[in-house]
Amino acid sequence: MTTLAQKNGRTALIAAAVVAAMVGLAYASVPLYRIFCQVTGFGGTTQMKVGGEAPGAVGRLISVRFDANVSPALSWEFKPVDTHRRVAIGARNIALYTARNRTDRPLVGTATFNVTPTQAGQYFTKVQCFCFTEQRLEPGQEVRMPVVYYVDPAILDDPNARDISEITLSYTFYPVDQPQSGS
Amino acid sequence: MTDTTAHATHFEADHGHDAHHDADHKPGFFARWFMSTNHKDIGTLYLIFAIVAGIIGGAISGLMRWELAEPGIQHLQGWATFVNSLTGGTEATFDEGLHMWNVLISAHGLIMVFFMVMPAMIGGFGNWFVPLMIGAPDMAFPRMNNISFWLLPPAFILLLGSSFVPGGTGHGAGVGWTVYAPLSTSGSVGPSVDMAIFALHLAGASSILGAINFITTIFNMRAPGMTLHKMPLFVWSVLVTAFLLLLALPVLAGAITMLLTDRNFGTHFFDAAGGGDPVLYQHLFWFFGHPEVYIMILPGFGMVSQVVATFSRKPVFGYLGMAYAMVAIGVIGFVVWAHHMFTVGMDVNTKMYFTAATMVIAVPTGIKIFSWIATMWGGSLTFETPMLWALGFIFMFTVGGVTGVVLANGGVDTVMHDTYYVVAHFHYVLSLGAVFSLFAGWYYWFGKMWGKQYNEFLGKVHFWLFFIGVNVLFFPMHFLGLDGFQRRVPDYTPAFADWNHLASMGYLIMLAGMVVFFVNTIISLAAGKKAPDNPWGEGATTLEWTLSSPPPFHQFETLPVIDDDKHH
Repeated sequence: MTTLAQKNGRTALIAAAVVAAMVGLAYASVPLYRIFCQVTGFGGTTQMKVGGEAPGAVGRLISVRFDANVSPALSWEFKPVDTHRRVAIGARNIALYTARNRTDRPLVGTATFNVTPTQAGQYFTKVQCFCFTEQRLEPGQEVRMPVVYYVDPAILDDPNARDISEITLSYTFYPVDQPQSGS
Repeated sequence: MTDTTAHATHFEADHGHDAHHDADHKPGFFARWFMSTNHKDIGTLYLIFAIVAGIIGGAISGLMRWELAEPGIQHLQGWATFVNSLTGGTEATFDEGLHMWNVLISAHGLIMVFFMVMPAMIGGFGNWFVPLMIGAPDMAFPRMNNISFWLLPPAFILLLGSSFVPGGTGHGAGVGWTVYAPLSTSGSVGPSVDMAIFALHLAGASSILGAINFITTIFNMRAPGMTLHKMPLFVWSVLVTAFLLLLALPVLAGAITMLLTDRNFGTHFFDAAGGGDPVLYQHLFWFFGHPEVYIMILPGFGMVSQVVATFSRKPVFGYLGMAYAMVAIGVIGFVVWAHHMFTVGMDVNTKMYFTAATMVIAVPTGIKIFSWIATMWGGSLTFETPMLWALGFIFMFTVGGVTGVVLANGGVDTVMHDTYYVVAHFHYVLSLGAVFSLFAGWYYWFGKMWGKQYNEFLGKVHFWLFFIGVNVLFFPMHFLGLDGFQRRVPDYTPAFADWNHLASMGYLIMLAGMVVFFVNTIISLAAGKKAPDNPWGEGATTLEWTLSSPPPFHQFETLPVIDDDKHH
């Protein structure tokens, strides 16, 4: 026969364990959210297949627009060579961006990326991209940065995505190892 | 079967006996109020705290309505200059004036949610009446109860203090009650937002400890015969609320801790530059935030159920349906959060899911509304002040519920998002819903808590002024929102001037009602008639009415026994 105090202690302990589990879940949500976005293409997250082969053209064209942004904290010039291309779905394509360091010291940047419409994310596959690694530019240096990609023909089988006629690929460069601007 | 009635004869020995008995031995003033472990005294402390916070939060909304009474910006810069002068600063710039607006809306929201509604509902009435209604001598962990309360004043002081230290563009935390990143991280330099986040940590810890206490008390300390399915609905509502707190608040604590480390220790949880995502913060916040709105309203549901049954002189219609409707609302409340963020760029399927799931909540809510009406149907109704507030609650909550169903539509919300239509919606369910239920509980239990009965005439004057005032105040906001008036903006086109002016007049009517409330409270406490054990007659069947008014300092030393054979 347990006393009331023991019973109360046990109930409180279980409740405290629930609290601890929920705090854990809040932190676990950070990697889970990233995995969820990568797997489902949620929010326009593109697919990565480093060194993968394009499946080959299936005979339909789609427009791809290229967008470039730079954080105000990074003194770079960054723009696409072509702002717009019409490409064959399934075919391997290369898009080129140029970046130039406008300062007289070396700067390291890293790019985040995303496509719209968001439901095209899971069909936009990058084989090779400057955005996978950090980029270092010497003072005044200008480089061309390639993206090798293809649009997965599976997009034509998705009722939510097959009507898409134009995909916009967007990059934003941020500085690396800059002090945070918070308090 | 749903009978919660007890025979007073079972525990007559507990009250009305000689005053020298231990049950009424009270410690001295300091020990009683500052080291309190008595659930009724802690409940009283919570209620006093909530009233003080309500005065401050209500005064801030008065400042906001003053500024919004006419187009243009009249007062903000002056108020910001005043705050600057308190800290030895200079005259405020125009931008600091605008920042002042953000500080006001943030403070109003945070104070009303964390320091007024929650302490009053859960800490105040929950502490007072859950043990009484289940026939328990006290809460399971009386000293933890004390800690729960005393975490709140420092939290409140931190939040108020944050208004007087730098917070980015000006003094104070101007981040909204949602504290969205990146405004709250890279957008608000200075210690103010850190202080506000600490305030939330403390208030959250207080509520989590309180929730553990309620769950333990309700599960383990019910009187013999008081099965879960015989508990009064107010106890059910507090039980469901405690579970929501237990599951939701740790997620908020985690999210705001991430904000804190993003701000101070160079992490990148919500910073795109480091691979984080600010939208993740919104997901985490609303995973807490949506259950939070049910946390604020469920105890109100419970109180309204008690009041409606009492003044209809009938047991509540569909008791089990009422209890499990609250459970259902609690469960579904955890899977609808993204309807607060339809505009972040979700695909159509996600929007459809969250739209449908949100609308499902209208089913258990409808069960509750219709059951209250069915409780009154054929009842022997009287309209004392608590009943007026309960009826006002049902009316207001239904209006707010209907606009909620409108906003639940992902497509419609794309237009309505962050307009005054949303402001009108959540003030109808909270400011009018939750607050009306608080006043219903206040007048219902006034005599029980303080031993003096409130003044019926003044109570009714309070109700009618408040009812008219808040409707004049909030109903025009629907029109403003439909016309595109953005929330969180202190200035507007002259096209919106008339409805805004009317809303500010409504505030004054409500304020007059609140003056009556305070007058009533003061004169009733000072010179009110002595309250009988049960002022409400045969309709008041729960255990607290079998005790004296106020109840003895310690009650139910001999546990009451709940009979199976009573019928209704």
